[in-house]
Amino acid sequence: MSKSHDSLLLANVSRRRFLKGLAVGSALVVAARWDLAFAEEVKYGAEAMPGGWVDNPNVFISIDGNGTVTVINHRAEMGQGIRTSLALVAADELGADWDRVRVEQAEADQDKYGNQNTDGSRSMRHWYEPMRRAAAGARQMLEQAAANQWGVPVEEVETRVQEVVHKGSDRTLGFGELAAAARVLDVPARENLTLKDDSQLRYIGRETGLVNGELKNDNSRPPAIDGEDIVTGKARFGADVQMDDMLYAVIARPPVLGARVKSLDDTKAKNVPGVVKILQTEGTDMPAGFNPLGGVAVVAENTWAAIRGREALSINWDLEAAGDNASYTSEAYRQTLEQRAESSGKTVRESGDVDKALENADQRVTATYYMPHMAQAPMEPPVAVVRIKNGKAEAWAPVQHPRAARDGIAAVLGIDLENVTVHQTLLGGGFGRKSKPDFVIEAARLAKEFEGRPVRVQWTREDDIRHTYFHAVSVDRLDAALDSDGKATGWLHRTLSPSIGSLFAEDPKHKGDFELGMGFNTMPFDIPSIRLENPKAAAHTRIGWFRAVYNLPHAYAIQSFAAEMAEAAGKDHRDYLLELLGEPRQINPEKFEDGWNYGENPDIYPIDIGRMRAVVERATKEADWGKESAKGRGLGLAMHHSFVSYTAIVLDVEVDDSGEVIVHRADIAFDCGQTVNPERIRSQLEGACVMGIGIALHSEVSFKDGDTEQTNFDRYQIPRMVNAPREVHVHLVNSGKDAPMGGVGEPGLPPVAPALCNAVFAATGKRIRRLPIGNQLS
Amino acid sequence: MINLTINGQAHELDVPDDMPLLWALRDVVKLTGTKFGCGIAQCGACTVHLDGTAMRSCVTPVSGAVGREITTIEAMSDDKVGKRVQQAWLELGVAQCGYCQGGQIMTATALLKQNSKPDASEIRDAMNGNLCRCGTYNRIFAAIEQVSDTEEQS
Repeated sequence: MSKSHDSLLLANVSRRRFLKGLAVGSALVVAARWDLAFAEEVKYGAEAMPGGWVDNPNVFISIDGNGTVTVINHRAEMGQGIRTSLALVAADELGADWDRVRVEQAEADQDKYGNQNTDGSRSMRHWYEPMRRAAAGARQMLEQAAANQWGVPVEEVETRVQEVVHKGSDRTLGFGELAAAARVLDVPARENLTLKDDSQLRYIGRETGLVNGELKNDNSRPPAIDGEDIVTGKARFGADVQMDDMLYAVIARPPVLGARVKSLDDTKAKNVPGVVKILQTEGTDMPAGFNPLGGVAVVAENTWAAIRGREALSINWDLEAAGDNASYTSEAYRQTLEQRAESSGKTVRESGDVDKALENADQRVTATYYMPHMAQAPMEPPVAVVRIKNGKAEAWAPVQHPRAARDGIAAVLGIDLENVTVHQTLLGGGFGRKSKPDFVIEAARLAKEFEGRPVRVQWTREDDIRHTYFHAVSVDRLDAALDSDGKATGWLHRTLSPSIGSLFAEDPKHKGDFELGMGFNTMPFDIPSIRLENPKAAAHTRIGWFRAVYNLPHAYAIQSFAAEMAEAAGKDHRDYLLELLGEPRQINPEKFEDGWNYGENPDIYPIDIGRMRAVVERATKEADWGKESAKGRGLGLAMHHSFVSYTAIVLDVEVDDSGEVIVHRADIAFDCGQTVNPERIRSQLEGACVMGIGIALHSEVSFKDGDTEQTNFDRYQIPRMVNAPREVHVHLVNSGKDAPMGGVGEPGLPPVAPALCNAVFAATGKRIRRLPIGNQLS
Repeated sequence: MINLTINGQAHELDVPDDMPLLWALRDVVKLTGTKFGCGIAQCGACTVHLDGTAMRSCVTPVSGAVGREITTIEAMSDDKVGKRVQQAWLELGVAQCGYCQGGQIMTATALLKQNSKPDASEIRDAMNGNLCRCGTYNRIFAAIEQVSDTEEQS
């Protein structure tokens, strides 16, 4: 068991879950760290993450003699703007002028910086407070240095922008003048820190930039840290790492999971100009964790030569080694799951008597929903450079989870962690793909063959679509009992998907708590009889995180079904949804069997029905819900709670005579509690809306005989400009200081596809129970 | 040897005739602002200008670029329209991860040079070949409109 497995599981499961899971002998827990499992204390949030949090100012903030403030960013930047937003927090608390702030990217060093695993929409909610404290500590050290220099009590000095002032005499000293003296002072004890009052904040929580199509004409808007570099082509992504003497590799990977090279003829490939070497690279049998697939690597003097060399390979694959993965075909698998959904499976939550409720129902509503495999497809395909020299490995890579990359390299090379350095580059998109460092481990394996020379492994788009860790395919079957008033009296939901757990242990075939907890067993409706079941589904390809993960099928099914129930009851969808949610109340997700709360304390982060109702009410109000729509046009609504945030969306959709879908307007009400950088929150929600429209309209990876039928953007379609809503309005709800901070990157995505499907129904009368919509409307 | 003019400078490259311009720019000339996204002209991340026209460098062999002016994102700040496009991008906070944005800016700049007042459907038609997985299309659209709207004042 490699260490990366430990960090993975710890990242996704709270410690109480370990204790609970151990008792039932869950397969996932076998891979967990026993020392932590036996710890009695239950920890939540950043505290529960491997490496925890760090708030030492000397780790994150340094000031030079000119007063330039350098903030270390230790989280992965993949478009969410964390390099800007965390630095804004530090600058605000410190009193730095944004123009004097620069950001430096940390290497992978969890012991020094705390947790760096950038997934789960956690960066700001876990790091806001530590970063405030680090900056407050740095500010107090500057103040102490000034007081020492003036020989006055520290109470008589205060910090203004870029300077400390003596209140009695109006003397000032700039940050640059104080930096050297401040640096050697003791770091103030945590209990002696004084955070700024809200009224003193200049950046945090301020609305700037583009707000619903209108530019806030605000000259003091802090420019994004990487903005200028991006628009001038200077930004350095993983793909852009340039080193002297570098070799370029592409790898022919097994077409089916588990297949092995039977024979290889590389005569032609060797003759391609620029090809340096062809070598077989080891794969790991499932459960492989993050270890790579193996295959045949073509190492060359440039990328093109490597690609041409690979085309010239003749490989005979041993498909028998792949077992039944070699017959994995999506259409048949869908039918298998749909059939299995007709009978009971493992019960994960039960209250009341659903069977009786269904039997006594005045009306029953039943529907089965299908969501296919999808590829994350970040615009920058996986890529990594590794150099091995004198027993030390150095990697440059766009990774969401740098520690897992470091662990993986150490394990595959059999060297100590201290001898592995991982340099974090910008990520050209992540969406969960780059939380798996398999591509870095591939580069490490190859670099071992070329001591001293950097080796880059470049994935082509075909590699990416065929060999990613796919979003799980899923079938969800729902059955509801309605009484004579149309009120729901029973709710039976069966969900079937292969589990990400299949990467780390013998295929559990059931979803783990961190998968069920993504909107399935946390289903919030107030219905007397509820039974939630999770029948078996085996994995036949690599399954992995995709932005918002299992929230996607759960939200699609539940939010589509709620609309179907409303229709059966003859009620307005919005009114019916509010009725299903019931009275404002708070639910503790941990009270459910296999309950899971994104690792957060349920006392601070209960599921709050009041907040759910509020986003539904806001989105529908802004969208003028209930207005008359022209023929072929309609409004669709969906809401979902995920990553401890709340999202509701209304889409105004037209379906034209040819079946083309045009999204005229999106109204998104979003409650992530307190906000730091609303401008970037809005951009995340806008982007999630576009991605969700793509999920609804055309994103599908289907398998035939174990291989994918789509290999590039010609057939694996992701949204284009024409698919974007003509207008997007993001309405931030509850963004004041009173509500705890929730996630931002992912929670905007789950309700988009069901809202679109519900709008299609409003426009055409056709229910979409199988994604993507594809040509179902033509 | 292949002789290319890139951003006004002459380059002599020892590469095969059929090497896509994309890989020549990135691996040989070391201009990495032009990105690899798909290799089959489906995503636009590799967009450059050939004699002012937006082209997908991933399917353009270097032999097809001989004798033509190749312009990449690295030279857009020196271009009057390109500079304004970049500024609009910054002002509206268009980019998220930023990987595709060089290609987006190259396509947008070529459009605006050819048609300084594109209407909504002309913008969508021109930009539809440029993918952005972060989904920044609304802001890309708004930024192009902003440059177009300020045409008279410039």
